[in-house]
Amino acid sequence: MRYLSLVLLALPSLAFAATELLNVSYDVSREFYKELNPAFVKYWKEKTGETVSIKQSHGGSSKQARSVVDGLPADVITMNRSPDIDILYERGKLIPRDWQARLPNESAPTASTSVFLVRKGNPKKIKDWNDLVKANVSVIIPNPKTSGNGKYSYLAAWGYVLKKGGSDAEAKAFVANLFKNVPVLDTGGRGATTTFAQREIGDVLLTFENEVTLIQEELGADKFEVVYPPLSILAENPVALVDKVVDKKKTRAVAQAYLDFHYSEQGQTIAVHHHLRPQVAAVAAKHQADFHAISLFKVEELFGSWANAEKTHFADGAIFDQIYQK
Amino acid sequence: MSKKTNVLPGFSLSLGYTLLYLSLIVLIPLSAALIKTTELSFSEFWHVVTAPRVMASYKLTFGASFIGASINAVFGLLTAWVLVRYDFFGKKFIDALVDLPFALPTAVAGIALTAVYAKNGWIGSFLEPNGIHVAFTPVGVVIALTFIGLPFVVRTVQPVLEDLESETEEAAASLGANRWQTFYKIIFPALLPALMTGFALAFARAIGEYGSVIFIAGNMPMVSEITPLIIITKLEQYDYTGATAVAVVMLLISFLLLLAINGLQWWSSRRNAEAIE
Repeated sequence: MRYLSLVLLALPSLAFAATELLNVSYDVSREFYKELNPAFVKYWKEKTGETVSIKQSHGGSSKQARSVVDGLPADVITMNRSPDIDILYERGKLIPRDWQARLPNESAPTASTSVFLVRKGNPKKIKDWNDLVKANVSVIIPNPKTSGNGKYSYLAAWGYVLKKGGSDAEAKAFVANLFKNVPVLDTGGRGATTTFAQREIGDVLLTFENEVTLIQEELGADKFEVVYPPLSILAENPVALVDKVVDKKKTRAVAQAYLDFHYSEQGQTIAVHHHLRPQVAAVAAKHQADFHAISLFKVEELFGSWANAEKTHFADGAIFDQIYQK
Repeated sequence: MSKKTNVLPGFSLSLGYTLLYLSLIVLIPLSAALIKTTELSFSEFWHVVTAPRVMASYKLTFGASFIGASINAVFGLLTAWVLVRYDFFGKKFIDALVDLPFALPTAVAGIALTAVYAKNGWIGSFLEPNGIHVAFTPVGVVIALTFIGLPFVVRTVQPVLEDLESETEEAAASLGANRWQTFYKIIFPALLPALMTGFALAFARAIGEYGSVIFIAGNMPMVSEITPLIIITKLEQYDYTGATAVAVVMLLISFLLLLAINGLQWWSSRRNAEAIE
């Protein structure tokens, strides 16, 4: 009996020695986490003496979220849109409803924005959103029904009209004209990049600022130019720990520290390396020169909430479907 | 009815095993899909599966699959004929080539086909200036579905053709049949059931194909969206019931079509048997 209790006592500490976190993330955060994770492992080792290892899982956002709902034991989930984390509450009650209130800045340590990538020399002279609806311009945007990237571009175009003082009807007409210029709707952001860069289709690619820099680094800085529109959307990247999983795995403390690390000066600086806009004011101020000054609006500011934007714009039969069914 | 005794024992055991196996692998997942759709009322179900975008996708998916399978029926038969009836240098190599669409991940096939048919690709750069658009149009969908279906026809026709004795053709010729008569009266009826099986397999495979098509289709609503993409789109929106509703309709149409093809095949082989008697 005494031995048994000894064994039982030893078990949790054994589990403790091999703490492992699983971070389930979206597709294009790979490079960011390749740098952030080792930095956190080192930080945690120095602080507590404990060795933690972090496993990453990357894939299409909603596919990843669905896996977590279906039982993939993710300690933390890191996405590029809050609805992909909301689903953990809605479908599985894995997290509380108010998860966004648990960390600073609505649980979004980093953000990006939708910008334009054009061919060298900007032959079509694209400067702002209204240049995209001109008759001779061909625009590449991933499908807003299947891609978070596409949703942000769509909402940015809509917001552009509203911000100029336009009505919803004018915004709808503008977005309809914009999508008339879209010859291919890829299912994801990287697919759209391939269509634009490798297949040489389209005059302008709409994608995240951090993606654009990566494309230039990978495919040649001399082939493309980035155009920063004066106004765009703030694409926030929210993070959350998955309560049901961390409580079962007894990893809450380290998972919380991992998320907090995203907000630390070191974590924020790593985000800057990957061209993600830091959201902690002090760090953002320090790196102001690294990012183009664009006037940015939040989804909540113009569309109420993400849930609302989904319902009015992207649900079946909603506005995006309507503009294709005339 | 007299009880037929089989050479090999164990009919009930093997039938039981077959039923269990089919239930586990095919029927249980499919009935899960059916049960999921009962969350919708009939009018909701009807609304989801007859939405204009979904209707357009049925037309494209079934139309392009039919065209792709038909092309394969013609050229697959030709390929099988060449591989069985002639000996030439590199035959083994070509034989292996036929199976490649089976082994290749479909996404790789899709990306490769798009690269070739896009306006800066090997073939696309010749076609596009002449106004022929393949990549990012429904034509591209047909090409992808033809590519993935090729092995089915060749592999089903090949063994039948190998068993066909050339003596029957010689007999036909000696009885005064010309080459065309020999083909369509002697060879073709014997091949038809196998050809139809190959066609049905290629057709069924094409209906369900997703990976290779999404890269080359362009995925424009109402024009080049295939039904599997509609299903994926609904899943991306966490609309599980809507996705399964469309899937159930697809299953139903596919099942009816396959049933019809099987019926035709049965009819043609019976007619063939009668003709020989």
